[in-house]
Amino acid sequence: MTQTLFAESGQRMPRIGEKIAVREIYGRTLAELGRDNMDVVALDADLSASTKSAIFAKAFPERFFNAGVAEQNMIGMAAGLASCGKIPFASTFAVFATGRAFEQIRNSVAYPRLNVKIVASHAGIGVGEDGASHQAIEDMALMRALPHMSVLVPADAVEANQMVHAAAAWAGPVYMRMGRTPVPTIFDDGYTFVIGRAKSVYRPLEGAPQVTLIGVGSMVAECLQAARKLRECGVEASVLNCSSVKPLDNEAIVAAARESGAVVTAEEHSVVGGLGSAVAEVLSQYCPVPMAFVGLKDCFGQSGKPAELMEYYALTAEDIFQAASKLVAGRRTP
Amino acid sequence: MSEKERVQDLEKTARSLRRSVIEMLEAAKSGHPGGSLSAVDILSVLYFHEMRIDPLNPAWPDRDRFVLSKGHAAPALYAALAHRGFFPKDELLTLRQMGSRLQGHPDMAGVPGVDMSTGSLGQGLSVAVGMALAGKMDGKTYRVHALLGDGEINEGMIWEAAMAAAHYKVDNLVAILDNNGLQIDGPNAAVMNMEPLSDKWRAFGWHVELVDGHDMKALLDVLRKLRQTQGKPGLIIARTVKGKGVSFMENKAEWHGVAPNKEQAGKALRELSGSRDTHDTHDTHDTHETRETHETHDTHDTHDTHDTHDTHDTHETLREGGFPL
Repeated sequence: MTQTLFAESGQRMPRIGEKIAVREIYGRTLAELGRDNMDVVALDADLSASTKSAIFAKAFPERFFNAGVAEQNMIGMAAGLASCGKIPFASTFAVFATGRAFEQIRNSVAYPRLNVKIVASHAGIGVGEDGASHQAIEDMALMRALPHMSVLVPADAVEANQMVHAAAAWAGPVYMRMGRTPVPTIFDDGYTFVIGRAKSVYRPLEGAPQVTLIGVGSMVAECLQAARKLRECGVEASVLNCSSVKPLDNEAIVAAARESGAVVTAEEHSVVGGLGSAVAEVLSQYCPVPMAFVGLKDCFGQSGKPAELMEYYALTAEDIFQAASKLVAGRRTP
Repeated sequence: MSEKERVQDLEKTARSLRRSVIEMLEAAKSGHPGGSLSAVDILSVLYFHEMRIDPLNPAWPDRDRFVLSKGHAAPALYAALAHRGFFPKDELLTLRQMGSRLQGHPDMAGVPGVDMSTGSLGQGLSVAVGMALAGKMDGKTYRVHALLGDGEINEGMIWEAAMAAAHYKVDNLVAILDNNGLQIDGPNAAVMNMEPLSDKWRAFGWHVELVDGHDMKALLDVLRKLRQTQGKPGLIIARTVKGKGVSFMENKAEWHGVAPNKEQAGKALRELSGSRDTHDTHDTHDTHETRETHETHDTHDTHDTHDTHDTHDTHETLREGGFPL
C-alpha cells in the first residue's frame, strides 16, 4: 500500500541494491502519514532540510512547528501536543535529540509515557566530515536506558517506510535512529517490519549456521556481505536484522544463539550500551555463547569521509567477517 | 454572587488548602512548604474560579489546562484538586508514601486532574506551549495555564519556551510567575539575579502584568483581562511571600524543602484556623461559582455544541449542581 502512495506522488520505493538515505524515506513517509492522519504533527530544531521533516512541513505547514535551535523546547512542545491527542514526530540530529534534550525526553516524555516519536538523523560516524561533535555514538544507549521508550533502527528504505508507520501506530514514546549516508536497499515488497521482532535475513543453504551475525541499521548490509564471504570460506552464518533494539526480540536472539553457538553483533554505535550490550544482556542469562562486538570501541569519531571512517574504526563487512572467523576458529580449537 | 463574596469565598478556600498543605507535609515528613504556600492563592483562583474544568470528567478534551512547572509545589496542587473534587480529600495524607499516587512531584499517569508530570524545573512552560498550539490547531477555546517559580526561570529552557510562545502567538496561554523572591540557596538577587523581570519577558514578546499574588481580587481581575489579550502570550508576575500564611515560615528560604514537625504543624494550623468554623461549614456547601457558571449564554451554547453527548451530560450536572467539596 505504501508503495502505491509513493507512486501517486511520483516517487517510488527504491529497488534492491539502489542506495538511498533512510531520512529521505522518513520525510516522504511522514508526509504520507500526515495526509491520512490529521493528528500527525511534526517538529524540528532548524534542521528540517537535513532530517527531511521539511517534506512534511512543505505539505502541511499548519502542522509543522520549527522550534529554532532549541531542542529542549522542541521536546517539551512535542510532549504538550501529545498530551492533547496529537502524534508529534520531533526531529533533529541524534546527538542533539538524545543528548541535549535527554532529560526532557526522560521527564516530559518517557516518564509520563507520552506519545512522542523522536526521529533523529545523522546518527553514527557516517556523519563524516562534521566530526565527533556531530556523530552520535551513544544515542541508542541513552534511549534504551529509559523505561517506556522503544528504540528502532531501520536497515534500509523499505524498512524505514514501514517503521515510520509502525511508530505512528504504536501507543507510546519511540526513538527512531537514522544515519546520514545512503544505504543499499536490501529488502523487497515482501518484507514486513514489526516492533519487537528481529528478522532473519540470511540463512545457510542447508543445516545449522556456525555463527550468527546480528546487526542494526547500516551494519545489516555489512553483515550480509560478511555472511557471503564466510560462505566462500566454508563457514555458514545466519544474519538477524535486529531493527527493534527495544523491545528486543529475546526469543529470536536466544533461538539463533542456541542454533549457531556464536554471535557477532554489529552497530554503528559505541560497544557500550547499544545493540551488543542488549544482546549480551539476554544471552548471558538465557544462552551464554561466545560473542564478539563490532562497534566503536569506547571512543569518539573524527572528521573524514564516511567510508574512510568506517574502515578506520573497523565497522566494515571485512571486520565482521574477521570477528566471526575468529569466533568459529576459537570453537574448533578450544 | 457579588465580586466581594467571591473574593471572601476564595480566601476561605485558600485557608482550607493551606491547612491541607500543612497536614500533608507533616504526615509525609518531607516536602516543600515554602513554595506550596506562596502558590495557594493563585491555585485557589485558578481551580475555584478561572478554569473551565470538570472533576467528574478530568480528561474532558475541551477543559482548560494547568501545568505546575514548579512541580515541588505538588502539595498545593493536590490540595486544590482534592478540595475541588477530583479525588477524595482523605487521600491527601498519603502524600509521598510508598504506593500512593500522590508522588513527591506530580505524575499525570496516576492522579486525576494532573495535566502534566513535572518536577524537573524548566520543562513545564514548553509543554504548556505545546498544549496551547494543539488547542489553536483544533480551533478549541480552552486556555492553558502554567505556574513557574522565580528560581525555576534560571533554566535556559524557560527562555526557549518564552521565544516559541511569542513566535507562535499563543494568546491562549497564561504563565504565572510565583515571584516569592527566594530560591533554595537564598534570595533570587543573590543566587542569580533575573531583574528586570518585566522587561525581560516584554522583550521576549509577552504581555506582562504585575499583581499581588495574594490579592484575590487582583488575581481575578488580571486573569479576566488576559482573556482579552490577542496575539501574545500573557505573563502574570505575581508578587508572593514564600511560606505565606504561616508566620514562622514566611520569607524564610530554609522552609523551601523542610516539612514541619508535629509541634510546628500544630502551630501553623492554629494560625490558619482563624475562621475554622466558617470554613468547615463552607466545606459542606456547594457555593462556589466558577467562571463556567457565570459565562454568558452565548458562550455556553458554543461550548455545549462542541461537547459529545456524554461529556455534555456530566458537564451539565456540574453546572447545575456545583461540584463536590
